[in-house]
Amino acid sequence: MSATLVANVVISGVLTGLLYGLMALGLSVIFGVVRVVNFAHGEMMTIAMYAAVLLFGAFRLDPILAALPVAALFFAIGYALQAGLINPFITRPEHSQFILLVAVATILTNVMLMVFGPDARSVQTDYQLDSWAIGQIIVDKARVYAALCALATTAGLFAFFRFSRTGTAIRACADNHLGARIVGLDVKHLYALTFGLGAACVAIAGCMMTLLVEVAPSLGPSYTLLGFVIVIVGGLGSMPGALLGGVLIGVSEALAGLFIDPSAKSMISFALLIVVLLFRPQGLLGRTT
Amino acid sequence: MSPRARVPLLLAALAAALLALPHVAGSYVLSVATLALYFAFTGQAWNVMMGFAGQLSLGHSLYVGLGAYAAAALFVKFGIGPWAGIWLAMAVCVAAGAAIGLLAFRFGISGVYFALLTIAFAEFTRIGFDHIGWLGGPGGLFLKVGQRTSIDLANLRGTPTMFYYVMLALTAGAFALCAWLLRSRAGYYWQAIREDEDAARALGINTFRWKLLAVTISAAMTSFAGVFFAFYYNNLFPEQIFHISQSIEIILGPIVGGVGSLFGPILGAVLLTTLADSLNNLMSAMGWDVPGIKQVFYGVILLLVVMFLPNGIWPPLAKRLGLERKA
Repeated sequence: MSATLVANVVISGVLTGLLYGLMALGLSVIFGVVRVVNFAHGEMMTIAMYAAVLLFGAFRLDPILAALPVAALFFAIGYALQAGLINPFITRPEHSQFILLVAVATILTNVMLMVFGPDARSVQTDYQLDSWAIGQIIVDKARVYAALCALATTAGLFAFFRFSRTGTAIRACADNHLGARIVGLDVKHLYALTFGLGAACVAIAGCMMTLLVEVAPSLGPSYTLLGFVIVIVGGLGSMPGALLGGVLIGVSEALAGLFIDPSAKSMISFALLIVVLLFRPQGLLGRTT
Repeated sequence: MSPRARVPLLLAALAAALLALPHVAGSYVLSVATLALYFAFTGQAWNVMMGFAGQLSLGHSLYVGLGAYAAAALFVKFGIGPWAGIWLAMAVCVAAGAAIGLLAFRFGISGVYFALLTIAFAEFTRIGFDHIGWLGGPGGLFLKVGQRTSIDLANLRGTPTMFYYVMLALTAGAFALCAWLLRSRAGYYWQAIREDEDAARALGINTFRWKLLAVTISAAMTSFAGVFFAFYYNNLFPEQIFHISQSIEIILGPIVGGVGSLFGPILGAVLLTTLADSLNNLMSAMGWDVPGIKQVFYGVILLLVVMFLPNGIWPPLAKRLGLERKA
């Protein structure tokens, strides 16, 4: 097996991993602030993928451009979901929250099944089969575009949390819920805002993902699990951790597909998850509380 | 009538109804009842871990699958019957539960992280079994279907009525075990750990050991469900038996019924199974054969229960029936 082949696989793994990272970032931001594990995350991702496919079918809208309206829509849905449905549950026990989101996920997956049917759908852009050759290394254009969008979105989100007043207020809520309320922050609004942002992240990741894979309703649960693996490996609640976790899982999946068997790739991810949980339960970049 | 007198009366009426069911019901109702009892059983097993000791497992399909594959492999490959097979199934499940518990509790993993660890082990095993060619891999492992008219209890081959009674006996056994556990030393220690683990430790309870005991008992109980699954359905696929949806189905009953209570898991399982089944019938009667519509209704009902009855259906019902024991 040549070194070039391995290098090709690793690069494609890194690029896909950045996109995984963006999806997981949404999950991580929601957990980091609201402390609710979004068990419907992969289902939201799949809906975003369908939105991109539908927009492409109707208007020939490139998924990269479709990401903007879909993200805006998801922001609104995420905000409403948190403010209306999830907020009363933030003080409830974990298993109660879990069932709530499992119910949401069940409804979403099966509504998709009813509306779109079980068959896979995809978009066909003119650059999806193109690639650049740099020496012996061949990279797919679509993968590069998707990874760049993921990086840009992540950078934007970082900047928002670091520099804007609202972002700072959200971080204050995450650090100290009671303290944030005492200084007069509207915690309910900020939580809903955070959920909306998490949903927007996953919307953009979903639109980009249609450039790489076909979409079917059954993808939802597997993306949810993938998201968990990534955020736990990187550190639940840590933003750089989600990106790092995404890249690690992307590369390990790609390498497992090459060296072992494509069907064993998620086994490697789960093995990685178990090892990380045991030796560094807060994740690679997570903080200890 | 005092609550103390009402509970045995209620139990006796329930037992009589359940014992008489095969004589009055048709084969269709019997299959639904068997399924309801199956989930009542697995729900009780899960409840030992979550309801009693407060350890959330989202990967109980692991124990169902390991138990099923252990007994089925002995039967298919070596002709060893399920009554011997159950010992291997139990041993495998206890070993798996102990391994997860040892690792998790030794490294101080709890809450959401523990729950996700249980998912990870179940998923890891699911994909692993897909690659074990000796056990059929993704193509599945099949048991020879026996005579559906004669009863061979030694090999668990027989009529639906036999399977119903086997499942009823298992459920009753699990109920008795849970009732005893809840009043034993372990039960009180578990409840102390569930309510406040640090306080329990401060009182001198070895929380590590008692949590481990909860996981292994729960795993051992679930292995029985696995063996039953294997011999009732006669086919095993890793994609089905280890799947996370199997784990979720196990925990829905106790959560809807009431986590931590004795009757909750049974009530929840019976309600959900009948509900799912009547939805099925309703949908086909109305001619709405759209795939997925049943699950949407199921999801909506789940959503309503968890929103408006946060402690499950049993606690308010028990109060209404006057079965509340005075504190």
